[in-house]
Amino acid sequence: MERLKSIDDLLLLQDRLIADRDLTIPTIVIPAGTCGQASGANDLIRITKRELLNKGLTNKIHLRITGCHGFCQMEPSVLVEPHGTFYPRVGLKEMVRVVEAVAKSEILEDLLFVDPETGKPVEKQSDIPFFKKQVRTLLSRNEKVDPIRIFDSIENRGYMAMAKILSNGNPHWVVEEVKASGLRGRGGAGFPTGLKWELLAKQPDGHGKVLVCNGDEGDPGAYMDRSVLEGNPHLIIEGMIIGAYGTGAKEGVVYVRNEYPLAIKHLTIALRQATDLGLLGEDILGTGFNFDIKLVRGAGAFVCGEETALMRSIEGKIGEPCQRPPFPVQKGVDGKPTLINNVETWANIPIIFESGSQGFIRIGKKETSGTKIFSLVGKIKNTGLVEVPMGITIGEVVNGIGGGPVEKARIKAVQTGGPSGGCIPANMFDLTIDYESLTQAGSIMGSGGMIVMDENTCMVDVARYFMNFLKDESCGKCFTCRKGTQRMYEILDDITRGKGKLAHLDLLEELAHVVKDTTMCGLGQTAPNPVLSTLSYFRDEYIEHIEKKRCPAGVCKELINYSINKNCTGCQLCLRTCPVEAITGKKKECHAIDPEKCIKCGACKAACKFDAIDVK
Amino acid sequence: MINFCINGLEVSVEEGTTLLEAARFMGFPIPTLCYMDGLSPYGACRLCVVEIGDGPKAKLVSSCTYPAEEGLRIRTASSRVIRARKMILELLLASCPQSKKIQDLASVYEVQQQRFRQEYENCILCGLCTRMCEEQMMAKAIGFRGRGEKRSIGTPFNMQSDVCRLCGACMYVCPACQLRCTYTEPEKAICGACANLSPPCIEKEKFDDMMCYMNPCVACEIKKD
Repeated sequence: MERLKSIDDLLLLQDRLIADRDLTIPTIVIPAGTCGQASGANDLIRITKRELLNKGLTNKIHLRITGCHGFCQMEPSVLVEPHGTFYPRVGLKEMVRVVEAVAKSEILEDLLFVDPETGKPVEKQSDIPFFKKQVRTLLSRNEKVDPIRIFDSIENRGYMAMAKILSNGNPHWVVEEVKASGLRGRGGAGFPTGLKWELLAKQPDGHGKVLVCNGDEGDPGAYMDRSVLEGNPHLIIEGMIIGAYGTGAKEGVVYVRNEYPLAIKHLTIALRQATDLGLLGEDILGTGFNFDIKLVRGAGAFVCGEETALMRSIEGKIGEPCQRPPFPVQKGVDGKPTLINNVETWANIPIIFESGSQGFIRIGKKETSGTKIFSLVGKIKNTGLVEVPMGITIGEVVNGIGGGPVEKARIKAVQTGGPSGGCIPANMFDLTIDYESLTQAGSIMGSGGMIVMDENTCMVDVARYFMNFLKDESCGKCFTCRKGTQRMYEILDDITRGKGKLAHLDLLEELAHVVKDTTMCGLGQTAPNPVLSTLSYFRDEYIEHIEKKRCPAGVCKELINYSINKNCTGCQLCLRTCPVEAITGKKKECHAIDPEKCIKCGACKAACKFDAIDVK
Repeated sequence: MINFCINGLEVSVEEGTTLLEAARFMGFPIPTLCYMDGLSPYGACRLCVVEIGDGPKAKLVSSCTYPAEEGLRIRTASSRVIRARKMILELLLASCPQSKKIQDLASVYEVQQQRFRQEYENCILCGLCTRMCEEQMMAKAIGFRGRGEKRSIGTPFNMQSDVCRLCGACMYVCPACQLRCTYTEPEKAICGACANLSPPCIEKEKFDDMMCYMNPCVACEIKKD
């Protein structure tokens, strides 16, 4: 790659790339992020390549391998451009047909996505309800860009915001623009990004300043940062360069957890390509501005997502939070003033400068502008990444985009903000999604996890699960966090085993408030949220566990019993499925379960086709 | 100099002074387990929490690590602080009932009950020993390992350390494993503590004007006889 020596060089390169683009040639787009690869996207890519080579179609059809597009439920999926045809859950044999159809400019009706409401196939991706209701400013870029090809990025507006800023030449304006955009940190706390930048810009430039991109996304069931890191690493690099220009930082660090190998791979390639092209490193685009980014891999601790622990981890020490003040912006990595922003925050920066702060502020609510990616998972029809404007209601996301419950059971609650978030009950789904209203409801925005639960989920068990996670992931420095989470888990575990007492609920609440009050970092301060929110919204479930020794959702193993009702046809399917041979009965006669032998694994209930297994 | 307010008293201290140092200098007692003069503050035991700020923005911070700030308003014994300290002591008693220091603090704060499952651990992971070893003995022989409930203190890979001089400073500073409380009812975590006994030495009228500086108090030893 030839080094670009000036801003004009970059603009010329972009013009050339756009001019070379032939829009008449169809492109097969295969999303192959970690989620896509897990569901078999690599096989589709192999088949497609083979078909294109064997049939001599390499000049007639293009193939683009991209990051995740968001609709993970339907992966491995295929998108055909320029028409925008979407094929969900494509098998290997179907892929051969898809390639043939694209060559003939046909659409395969039988493979299209079927709208569950109307029962009719939907041709275009943009018409599918899941996509239609979103505002996909970040995720739609993943479709256009092969993450390991920097030219793809430049062709699609990549590094243009940076060029605009470098030619403008006013760092002060950069900070003011971010402030005016109303962007708030996407990591969870929602601190105004522009204000943070201003604080760093004002720091004396003694030993250099550091920018950090926090990609230590550890929440179970949340992966929005991963999709951006994997799908469009150049967007983050560009955002950081803009940040460096505005605040006067010379060093950048992208901290990615080691559990994201694909993100690390794509980011490493992207960093090298950007450096080779002269977009990063010394004398960027001949303007004399220097900024370099290094990649640091996390060693797998949830608490390292916390700012001060993250800095310790970058320095190579134990990932333990420290007292603030001094704030990172005063004294951070190696004692240098440090600014830490989440992956999504950095990715939003180029977008602000493309549309202008006034364009950005129009999306979302007034005090919390822009879009936010949520990872919508759990007992819901359409799981995946959804990008919605701030201020949308929870109901619109869960029932509108998510498509409502999977089975007959009604949706009971949604857990936002990862393990230290709270559960919001279904009767509060009118709540708008922004930092303040979620905090008021006893939950947090967090980095954007959204776990939907239906009536088959036991809320005590949910609280117990998250407390188990947190007691392992607490760093252990603060006594109240370490022991408090451990004791809360102990009490919750007792309740799910039917050993709870009513007095335990008061103790639990008292302890939860003290843990919230007395711990040092964000992890401890939010750790009691699952307990407190379930206690306030689902107290009756706790009481049922304690007083009647009954789990209404049929989850807590020690409180339920499996039995067979009259619906049993004697098909012997459950009898064969049972791993401990607890089911007896003759063919075509009603079977019975031996409660002594039964380990309550639920295999019989899953196998039964006649709804004959009762859980009480 | 930094001017701020402790329990309604306007004070001014040098920059860099922590809230704990300032409060103690002014005569406001704050209990600690992980703080020691001459070692860097760590903020692990959380007993030293004080309340800062006003209204809905009021919060608890560990006074040993929080630097004094201009115009700050701190309360060292508000009801919120006392509630938190009581719960912390209850948690401490549930894990480490045999420490005399913890038992004494519990009786000072009138902790009457211990509602958790009783454990008998020897370490509260306050980190005094590791800091002593590193900062005063310049040895760095021991350190923290693991995280969460698996966190423990020890030498690397649990092997005998080459740098350890067996100086015993780590044991000397330990609030839990030194000064064992020899209470008689191990199932019940609260022993009543020596602090609750009226020491025989000051019962006598002739010592009325004096204060006993015996620490640890020998009262319980006498009672045993």
